[in-house]
Amino acid sequence: MLAPGLEFPQLCAQCEDYPCVKACPANALTVSAETAAVHVNNEACIACGKCIEACPGRIPHMHPRDKHIVICDLCGGDPQCVKVCQEGSWNVLRTVPRREHSYKLYARKPEETSRDLAFKIYGQKGEDYL
Amino acid sequence: MICGYAGKFLEVDLSTGNIKETKYSDSILKEYVGGRGLAAKILWDRLGSRWEQTDPLGPENLLLMLTGPLTGYFPGGRTCVSGKSPQSNGVIGSTLAGEFGVELRCAGYDGIIFTGRAAKPVFLFIKDSDVELRNAERVWGKDGKQTVALLTKECRGLLKERYPRYGEWKEPAILYIGPAGENKARTAVVGSKWTHAAGYGGYGGVMGSKLLKAVVAKGTGPLPEAADMERVKKLIDTVCSEVYENELWRRWGTASAGYDVGAKFSSEPVRNWQEEWHDEKGFGVDKFENRVWAKQYWGDFGCPTTCLKLALVKEGKFSGAATDNPDYEMQAYLGPNLGIFTPEDNVFLVSLIDDLGLCGIQTGNVMGFVAELFQRRILTKEDLGGIEPRWGDVEAFAALAKTIACRKGIGDVLAEGTYRAALKLGKMKKKDLLPFAVQSKGVSIGAHGVRSGKDYPEIISYACSVQCGDHTSTAGLPLEGGELETIFDDSAVYCNFNVFGMPRNIRFDFYAAVTGLKLTRKTWFREKALRILQLQRAMLLLGGPDVKWNPKVHDDNPPRFYEPLPSGPYKGKATDKTAVEEYKAKYYKAVGWDKNGIPTSATLRKLRLRDVDRVLQKLR
Repeated sequence: MLAPGLEFPQLCAQCEDYPCVKACPANALTVSAETAAVHVNNEACIACGKCIEACPGRIPHMHPRDKHIVICDLCGGDPQCVKVCQEGSWNVLRTVPRREHSYKLYARKPEETSRDLAFKIYGQKGEDYL
Repeated sequence: MICGYAGKFLEVDLSTGNIKETKYSDSILKEYVGGRGLAAKILWDRLGSRWEQTDPLGPENLLLMLTGPLTGYFPGGRTCVSGKSPQSNGVIGSTLAGEFGVELRCAGYDGIIFTGRAAKPVFLFIKDSDVELRNAERVWGKDGKQTVALLTKECRGLLKERYPRYGEWKEPAILYIGPAGENKARTAVVGSKWTHAAGYGGYGGVMGSKLLKAVVAKGTGPLPEAADMERVKKLIDTVCSEVYENELWRRWGTASAGYDVGAKFSSEPVRNWQEEWHDEKGFGVDKFENRVWAKQYWGDFGCPTTCLKLALVKEGKFSGAATDNPDYEMQAYLGPNLGIFTPEDNVFLVSLIDDLGLCGIQTGNVMGFVAELFQRRILTKEDLGGIEPRWGDVEAFAALAKTIACRKGIGDVLAEGTYRAALKLGKMKKKDLLPFAVQSKGVSIGAHGVRSGKDYPEIISYACSVQCGDHTSTAGLPLEGGELETIFDDSAVYCNFNVFGMPRNIRFDFYAAVTGLKLTRKTWFREKALRILQLQRAMLLLGGPDVKWNPKVHDDNPPRFYEPLPSGPYKGKATDKTAVEEYKAKYYKAVGWDKNGIPTSATLRKLRLRDVDRVLQKLR
């Protein structure tokens, strides 16, 4: 949320070309065959941050204490964030089956998503709030 | 160290720029919990001996931003802001929602104590243990929305620059003041996220008097460790599943009350409380929902209720105005109380009040007071600098609010709050204006009347509360249901909306699970809460330097509450003065105060408050 009212979850979208995995110099990132999520090998990770730069949405972030990268692992296929969102009947988060359309569309920088949302919600004035 | 506490507090001397860490002993934390309770203790220890001489808007006052052990654990975290209040001249524990308290605890601090006064505008930037005062001249004078935008950008930039390999930073939490706070208005708030405000107490003015524009916090650590995390998780589930059942607040927040409290209960301020009933269906919650809400669910971190609704004026001359619901208090005080009955006008005015950093309750009340004086021709257009506050004229009230925030012309008097404005204007007009001032001991009364007896049934709700007009902390018997319960919510620091209708011990169970300390109802209601109450009462009665309260006179309802209701289903009902006196006597006895409303020596000694007893001797 870069301005009040513009909250959104910024999560890994599992791009089909996995630029983060390709960028990792330590082979610490692998793709789960089962869920398509990116798995991090914490011991192998050298905390260089190259995956952050490679990600079109700058979504991975560094664990502040343990110094390894953190990427959503989809909770092994049963994402708990989706579960609580449904329990509370906000219905914002849902799991979607993998289809033909590109997932890359959803990996975006917070500034980009914020700007679009601001325009959608606040109209022209939205720009002033960022 | 007790579980559930970070274990240290930041102490920032704004005069010298020194920042250090302070600790409080386990025994103090056990007795006073945190938030409001701890604020009373800190203020008494540091200022008690010179309370009457301490100017709330002077550098000698303290500004406290405190959390409690349940902040971040109990769904719906808040932050408690306190100090010597420029409204009541006592201590008010004023809480506001948002992520600030959680960020602060994740950064490793239970609270911040500000002393002194900065030489030029500053803001405090906290990133875990990196704490610094930064120049705020660039944001000084900016309104709420601009302040949030500028500081979010600046501080995210700083974080990115200093920690380049972290990735994207979620925005830090910010507490700030608007122009009203900068100009030391007693009706100014400490705000957060555009729409949240710690209003009661007037701590925005205190923050402004210290030239402190904002506090920005980012914590990357975990919350302080809980004693029994499994139990905490179960309790969170219990609270959430109960809250999910509460369709009324989840769907509408308190916004259904803008119509209901007037139409059904006859306890909503209408035209400065001249009436408490209206049947304006155009002000119904369905109109808000359909016409101005741009987001159905909007909430803060961890809150299952998400009672905020993003409200936007979509067309017309106020197009673009944005705020939350508005919630009931804002609807009422910046709606019917000013003769305004359309959602768009209400949203515009609330949005403006947010931007100016004013309190909607205190400012709505003082503007209603002025409009009634104008209606009665006691004040004229000339007195008001050309503004004619006629009921329902939203632009006139907007102009008035701006003069208050800037302390321009008549605004300088009104920024003093209803009580002080009534005295000043009374002197000017040589007339007793207090009968038109709907306040209690310097604090404007929340938007719930007591005359009809259908909403707030206790006729001493405000008259005997140590937080005066605060509608969230009202006095009444039995003690177990009244102010003493709220003291727990405000001291453990979480949103009291998430305990409504819950099993009655849930707050104490939660406290035990987080801290590992057992707290029985008896210990809380007979001992700990009473101790906090007596401290607040003592400082309220000491007062000074500009006002002093006499319980015989000031432990009372505003005169208006003794006038019969002129309209609605409870027409003719008024509060009975004799009944109030009888109730007061009973209440005084129950909380251990003498017949003059002063805590007795025996009460204070039993609660181990001998030093308070010694100081209060001069009032007896």
